Amino acid sequence: MIKAENIYKSFGDQEVLKGITFTFEAGKTNLVIGKSGSGKTVLLKILVGLFKPTSGSVWYDDVDLVTADKDSLRKLRMQVGMLFQGNALFDSMTIEENIRFPLDMFTTRTLKEKTDRVNYCLERVSLAGINKKYPSEISGGMQKRVGIARAIVLNPKYLFCDEPNSGLDPQTSITIDELIQDITRDNNITTVINTHDMNSVMEIGENICLLDKGLLAWEGSKDEVLQDQNETLHEFIFASPFLQKLIESSK
Amino acid sequence: MNLRLFHHFGSFILWLGQIFRKPESHVMYYRETIRQMYDIGIGSFPIVFLISIFIGAVTAVQFYYQMEGTLIPPYYIGYIVRDMELIELAPTITCLVLAGKVGSNMAAELGGMRQKEHIDAMEIMGVNTSAYLVLPKLIAALLMVPVLVCAAALIGILGSYLSSVPAGLFTSADFIKGIRSFFIPYNVFMMFVKAIVFAFILTCVSCYQGYFVKGGSIELGEASTRAVVYSNILILLADYVIALVLTA
Repeated sequence: MIKAENIYKSFGDQEVLKGITFTFEAGKTNLVIGKSGSGKTVLLKILVGLFKPTSGSVWYDDVDLVTADKDSLRKLRMQVGMLFQGNALFDSMTIEENIRFPLDMFTTRTLKEKTDRVNYCLERVSLAGINKKYPSEISGGMQKRVGIARAIVLNPKYLFCDEPNSGLDPQTSITIDELIQDITRDNNITTVINTHDMNSVMEIGENICLLDKGLLAWEGSKDEVLQDQNETLHEFIFASPFLQKLIESSK
Repeated sequence: MNLRLFHHFGSFILWLGQIFRKPESHVMYYRETIRQMYDIGIGSFPIVFLISIFIGAVTAVQFYYQMEGTLIPPYYIGYIVRDMELIELAPTITCLVLAGKVGSNMAAELGGMRQKEHIDAMEIMGVNTSAYLVLPKLIAALLMVPVLVCAAALIGILGSYLSSVPAGLFTSADFIKGIRSFFIPYNVFMMFVKAIVFAFILTCVSCYQGYFVKGGSIELGEASTRAVVYSNILILLADYVIALVLTA
């Protein structure tokens, strides 16, 4: 479980987050949704410790990430996997070297054990056999999956995904969403996904928080999304004219 | 402006403290150091060779021009070229060139990694990125730059011989007599001190500029330029201080 407690964050005069309190539940797919500029990415970067909040706490079970010293922070981060919006795969390394990087850095396993683990992770994301390719030689969707494979290689307790569907076609987006949900369930990890993809919200959103102008505007699950009358939530969900037409025609 | 200078100096010192930490994996750091040694040492040798041989050549020819018609014995040319190469030309010119080649490369590499979120990705994995990305470069530079400087001194002396003796400016015997005259081993020590200090400056300044880059490709270009300019200024300043201290 991760608990964000009264998080404030300012950049100069601009207050980006204004007292966010939310619990990201263990073993569930937790979604942070909201318009562009609502503070989603800043909140995610605070949750993983890349930004320090102006005030507030981030509790990983009983450890406060904000006040943890560097060594505790590094130990905690070894339990964290993250998929970046731009994948952040190392261009000069092969896919195998990319996924093996955390194993090389933090484990004393033999090369065979590491290769086996890399192959397992690649199979897990349905990309077996591309070990020797470079990131530039595979598609954007495949890069996302390699990013997920690298994020799970150390068996993390927490998985963070920043806009995992950005730049992907709808079908590939669904594949990525299902993959993240399967991994969350199979490994019983706490997953936090930062998205504005409505399909993700309706498919995998077990615990959702909606940010609006730096404030927590709504929280609930995918089953509550359509029932709730929260104005900000409706504004966000039914922003697409296509969706509005679809609903009207179904009525 | 002055406050920004203090801010950067302070954050540079704090960042240096992060670099000298216990490595997460000695094997990974070792591999990266070897890769950097190859890049800095072998990768920079052609440009160092080219510059050193021409600097040596021009030095000899211009000394001949200045000494012609004077009472200074011709063999002095070997002595003058040798000591100029050892004390000043080899360490300073080589490191100024390396600041341009290696320093800008380091700044661009780290800046690119920062912009593509590679550094963030490593941080989240738990890697001490300041140490992993900078320490191997620093060790490699501290080992390879003195070797390059030493090679530059020898190549410079060879260049001065090749430009002056076949052209008939001096005899081979005069040149070699000069090279073997008045040799002070302390000058070699001074050359290595300069090489090590300059290697530290060019690596740390360049990596600092790249590591903390913010913004897009224009800012990355500016960081690379700053890396070269600041390294060169600090190398020249350090050159003066070392000259004062070691010749006092």
